[in-house]
Amino acid sequence: MEWGAVWLTMRLATIVTAILFLLGLPLAYWLAMTRWRCRFLIEAIVALPLVLPPTVLGFYLLLAMGPHGPLGQMADRMFGMRLPFSFTGILIGAVLFNLPFAVRPFSAAFSGMNRQLIEASWCLGVSRFETFRRVTLPLCWPGILTGLILTFAHTVGEFGVVLMVGGNIPGVTRTLSISIYDSVQGLDYASAGKAASVLLAFSLIVLCVTQWFGQRGEAT
Amino acid sequence: MTTNLVARFEKRFVRGPTIDIDFAQSTTGFSVTALIGPSGCGKTTMLRCVAGLETPEHGTIQFCNQTWFNNKTKTNLSPQQRDIGFLFQGYALFPHMTVEDNIGFGLRHQSDVERRSRVTEIVKQFDLTGLERRFPGQLSGGQQQRVALGRVLARRPRLLLLDEPLSALDTMLREQLRVEMRQMLGEFQTPVILVTHDRVEAISLADRIAVMDAGKIEQIGSIQDVFSRPRNAKLARLVGVETVAAGEIVETNEGLATVRVGFATILAVAPTQPTHLVHVCIKGEDVSLSTESNDMTTVRNQLPAIIKSLTPEGPLIRVVLDCGFELTSLITRPASEDLQLKVDERVTAMIKAPAIHLIPRTV
Repeated sequence: MEWGAVWLTMRLATIVTAILFLLGLPLAYWLAMTRWRCRFLIEAIVALPLVLPPTVLGFYLLLAMGPHGPLGQMADRMFGMRLPFSFTGILIGAVLFNLPFAVRPFSAAFSGMNRQLIEASWCLGVSRFETFRRVTLPLCWPGILTGLILTFAHTVGEFGVVLMVGGNIPGVTRTLSISIYDSVQGLDYASAGKAASVLLAFSLIVLCVTQWFGQRGEAT
Repeated sequence: MTTNLVARFEKRFVRGPTIDIDFAQSTTGFSVTALIGPSGCGKTTMLRCVAGLETPEHGTIQFCNQTWFNNKTKTNLSPQQRDIGFLFQGYALFPHMTVEDNIGFGLRHQSDVERRSRVTEIVKQFDLTGLERRFPGQLSGGQQQRVALGRVLARRPRLLLLDEPLSALDTMLREQLRVEMRQMLGEFQTPVILVTHDRVEAISLADRIAVMDAGKIEQIGSIQDVFSRPRNAKLARLVGVETVAAGEIVETNEGLATVRVGFATILAVAPTQPTHLVHVCIKGEDVSLSTESNDMTTVRNQLPAIIKSLTPEGPLIRVVLDCGFELTSLITRPASEDLQLKVDERVTAMIKAPAIHLIPRTV
């Protein structure tokens, strides 16, 4: 098994999870609370990666990140860097592709919450942000944790987008699932088997943990 | 201290009635105004608009020279800025916080010492000693209600809004709390507006009643005004009790209370709670009339009366009588013709003791 690929995968998953925690929470909160009539549009865009083939998203991202694409030009002008086949490139791809896995559980937790608790807090003179921190977050944390775990696990197993945008550069874009693909291509079934069994065990553990949280959430 | 609330606004719903409010009240110190009306008439929406939880389309809401809402100047203070207390129907206690933390929740800007002393004070006042460390899920309905009320009053709001404060409780507890709550609220010099669909709750808690129907406030006045002198037949049907008079229990014997009302004395079924002062409630259809006194009947209350007015109301006639207090009777047209009723004539009003409903009062 390639430890470089394991390390890269963990690093990618951790950063993606952190970014989606920061971006996803406000987005999910807004989706859960707004009465805007066109909310369904945003919800559809967020959910798109659930049904879109990863290669399709990867293809469009590759175009956007290319020297003539808007993302590519912006990155070149602001940071002087090229996005395709870089760690930042697969990071952007993974964040977009994992949006629904974070936002949907967050949003479900927020909308499942008794809205009167939030209003009661406002009427007690507590600001919106403080209400979010002291009432909403503590009551929604099982859903939020589920979203974070799903995001992390899904990033660990991500293949299509990473391959399209990042290719297969050891230490830069070669994640665990790409290394499995590569090993099989090279007929190295032993390494592929090892890495695959690690991913299988990891996925099963993650699902057990989230299901257990779900059960606890029902009980309380 | 005099407080003014003037609310004139309109709130529309996509699928629902338009709420069109014209409400003004000026009170000194403690007072309770009850908004009553059938469910879906917009009572709660009116309360939420005053609280700032709902935004009207047009109009203004003013409180003591401060504009809370004005669509023309685009003023819309947040609930946080309005300094109100709002008691939700289901109490909305924070399930992850103890009784203490719930009560102290809105006291973030006070010092630690001040906050602790206020929480202790509220705990004592609302009879919650020993429950400070419990979570809402471990409390009875009545205790939850007291915690919620205490939490709201701990901040000493300028205006208290209560949405169906007793409806989440079972019947026995509700009857007991109707009396207690008025006393608990009276200890704070805060004006109260409460919403209820239960007229008994309104009569026992409020000084003033506003009747709402289909999104509009149809009548505001004292309890007597609203129940005994409804502005039109629709309102009369809505409030459903024609006579509400202040009485005093003189004697209770075997479950029957002798009550002095104005200059008359009547016999009624005693209320379940021991009480001295009562509201005497009598429905118009329970008052029958006769032109001669009748000794052969089992009806306990036979009151000599003078007819003050006769008003036709559809198939019925509303007869207002003076029998030592103002009593209203609803009789059919044929009955009225048989009796040849005329204003200023003498009749005997008959009311069965079980038809008289006594509601405890504190003022």
